[in-house]
Amino acid sequence: MSEITPADLSGVGGLRWFWRQLTSMKTALILLMLLAVASIPGSLLPQRNQNPIAVNEYVLTHADAAKWLERLSLFNVYGSPWFSAIYILLFISLIGCVIPRMLIHIRALSARPPKTPQNLDRLTFPRSAQSPAQPDEVLDRAQEWFKKHHFRWERESDSVAAEKGYLRESGNVLFHLSLILFLVAMGVAAGYGAKGEAIVVEGDTFTNSATSYDNLTNGSKFDLRKLAPFTLKIDRFVPTYDLATGAPIDYKLYVTARDSGGEPRSELIQVNHPLSFGSTNIYLQANGYSPVVTVKDGAGNVVMDGPVVFLPQDANLTSTGAIKLPDAAPTQLGFVGTFLPTATMDKIRGGFSTFPDAVEPRLLLSAWTGDLGLDKGIPQSVYRLDTTKMTRIGLKQLSVGESWTLPEGVGSITFQGWVRWVNLQVVRDPGKEVALAGSVLAILGLLATLFVKRRRLWVRARRDEDGATVLSIAGLTRQEYEGFEEEMNDFWNALTAEGEVR
Amino acid sequence: MTSTSWAYSSNYLVYSAMAVYTLAMLSAALEVAMNVKGAKVLVTTSGESAPLADDRKSERWGRIAIALTSLAFALHFAGVIARGISAHRVPWGNMYEFSTTGSVAVTGMFLLLLRRHSLRWLTLVVTFAVLMTLGTAITLLYVPTAPLVPALKSTWLVIHVSAAVISGGVFLLANAVAGAYLYLDRVESRGPRPSWALKIPSLEALDRLCYRLVAFVFPLWTFAVIAGAIWAESAWGRYWGWDPKETWAFITWVAYAAYLHARSTAGWKGRRAAWLCLLAGSSFLFNYVYVNVWGSGKHTYSGL
Repeated sequence: MSEITPADLSGVGGLRWFWRQLTSMKTALILLMLLAVASIPGSLLPQRNQNPIAVNEYVLTHADAAKWLERLSLFNVYGSPWFSAIYILLFISLIGCVIPRMLIHIRALSARPPKTPQNLDRLTFPRSAQSPAQPDEVLDRAQEWFKKHHFRWERESDSVAAEKGYLRESGNVLFHLSLILFLVAMGVAAGYGAKGEAIVVEGDTFTNSATSYDNLTNGSKFDLRKLAPFTLKIDRFVPTYDLATGAPIDYKLYVTARDSGGEPRSELIQVNHPLSFGSTNIYLQANGYSPVVTVKDGAGNVVMDGPVVFLPQDANLTSTGAIKLPDAAPTQLGFVGTFLPTATMDKIRGGFSTFPDAVEPRLLLSAWTGDLGLDKGIPQSVYRLDTTKMTRIGLKQLSVGESWTLPEGVGSITFQGWVRWVNLQVVRDPGKEVALAGSVLAILGLLATLFVKRRRLWVRARRDEDGATVLSIAGLTRQEYEGFEEEMNDFWNALTAEGEVR
Repeated sequence: MTSTSWAYSSNYLVYSAMAVYTLAMLSAALEVAMNVKGAKVLVTTSGESAPLADDRKSERWGRIAIALTSLAFALHFAGVIARGISAHRVPWGNMYEFSTTGSVAVTGMFLLLLRRHSLRWLTLVVTFAVLMTLGTAITLLYVPTAPLVPALKSTWLVIHVSAAVISGGVFLLANAVAGAYLYLDRVESRGPRPSWALKIPSLEALDRLCYRLVAFVFPLWTFAVIAGAIWAESAWGRYWGWDPKETWAFITWVAYAAYLHARSTAGWKGRRAAWLCLLAGSSFLFNYVYVNVWGSGKHTYSGL
């Protein structure tokens, strides 16, 4: 077939030319390098799906640059159209490369070794000598040696041709096929996976349904009604801290897990030990404190009685949050709170925590009355109080058990104590086993490709004019094969038993 | 011994190792100096040059340098072990420990590969690089031993980090070889090699050596990345998340894969292959230094 050049770029010819270019080894390599280069900006700029807060900060400080970065999806590199374009092209190119190669290799697996060349002297490590043995005897010895060393061999009239190392190409094909398996795994995760997070307070029960999550993303092919049916009661969360530095040493989360219809069973979740329900895993992600408060309004009704989740602000778990009481009468009530597990007061910094465990817990509160702004239907953070239409009526510091009667007879608040909360991450990734299989196969393939050497060996034995046996051998390899000379020597010694050559 | 006395022993061992490394470096420098001194060179008709002078002195200093490097390695290794005993865990939990363990891996792999490959000419470079790393570690990066944060409590810490550290050691050696190739290639394009460089293998041998080092360790690096992914799956709920560390591990992997590919199928040898190898090695170093110390993301265990 004649070579198709870009000159005839019309119709089928053009498509074929394009396909050939795309599936050439060079293109695959360039696309691979391009993918590496394309992933660099995502490691230097903050990424929205990893650290949205850092992205927002960046946008605020570098407004002009951020506008352009945003247009180029540089805050979402790994989900951007151009990044996807590169890896889709790469995988098409890879498939186009590896499938024909695999077919050729399958045919080659049943092929016989190539015929002995006329002139062995031109090959690698040629060697020749006279032997007292008969030519057939020499060839028999060669055959034995090839058999013993698992060569594939073919006896010809006055020679034996042999080849070994097909595993190299098998490994090569396997390695590239396993990369395609990775793509399949990614596809399965994108289509059938789901990932969600939920903050659950000690003593509460988490039910795995879409409404229980604080946020939940799912693949397009995954029906949220098919979430694994289980419930988790958060019994106790036990952190251990280094007494000198306050650094966390260990986190233990004790839960009671229950499958649909199953018996409840006690389980332990740790940072590196998620709990599994089939292909759904539950991870312990973050933790913090929830002060437990009882709030009564001006009429003496209890409008709140329970834990309120506060978010940790530093390594010593100084935590902040908001308590909102839209149903309080005569006026709506709100509190901005800071929970200090081990409280210390400072004239400059105010109140802060000096140790992450609850040694000396305090609740600092500022009380507000007015309109909480919850009726307008605009979503607002549960951790922040919108004080634009509110008035502050006082500040107070409470120890466990203390109450504060608010001024103007609007109510009271009691700091009952605290419980911990945990952030559970629930991940369903049915593709991860495929990815694992792909990686094991990739390593096996790689080892075969890099360490198996394909080589050919030939031996010829014929009589010269004087009737003496002349024996010659030679080899051929395209790889860098350090041990080839040694192997050839070994072969030569096997053919010339007892040093009988002259 | 108590935890504290193990920690002190570790520091003393590292200091002693540094002293011996210095002596090893000086001996290696003397080896080179002797080569220059005995620089009566025979240039054969084919343009090959060969040293004429008796180089027994240079040879002796070269052997002394290797003996001293071995001794320094033993002290260094003991220092790393003592650090682990003092902390009751594997000694890689922060940047100081990454540096001491990483540099012991470089020396260890150097001494191991020396048995099969002609690498002795690298003694000067290796001892210098290890001394610099240890010096930085003990002055700028030092932190007292502390327990691991919960995320690091996993058997994968042992598997993933040791595989990555050993791969890194060999990558850096390959980098030195590629660097030497590029330098000598320039020198040779202008004329014969200077006398100090005569003992360094030929350009072709350097090219082959670099390839062998990378081919030997590339499967291990692949394993290190995969082990990291398995660990990430059990710790963070995803096996791959384009965290900066992961991204740069991927870039390093791709660059070395491209190097191996280019060399075996596209027939890229010599200068272009050496540049590609240097590029790959630099991305490894960038990952180690930049991402650990200044980067953000989930792999921020440097303790700085």
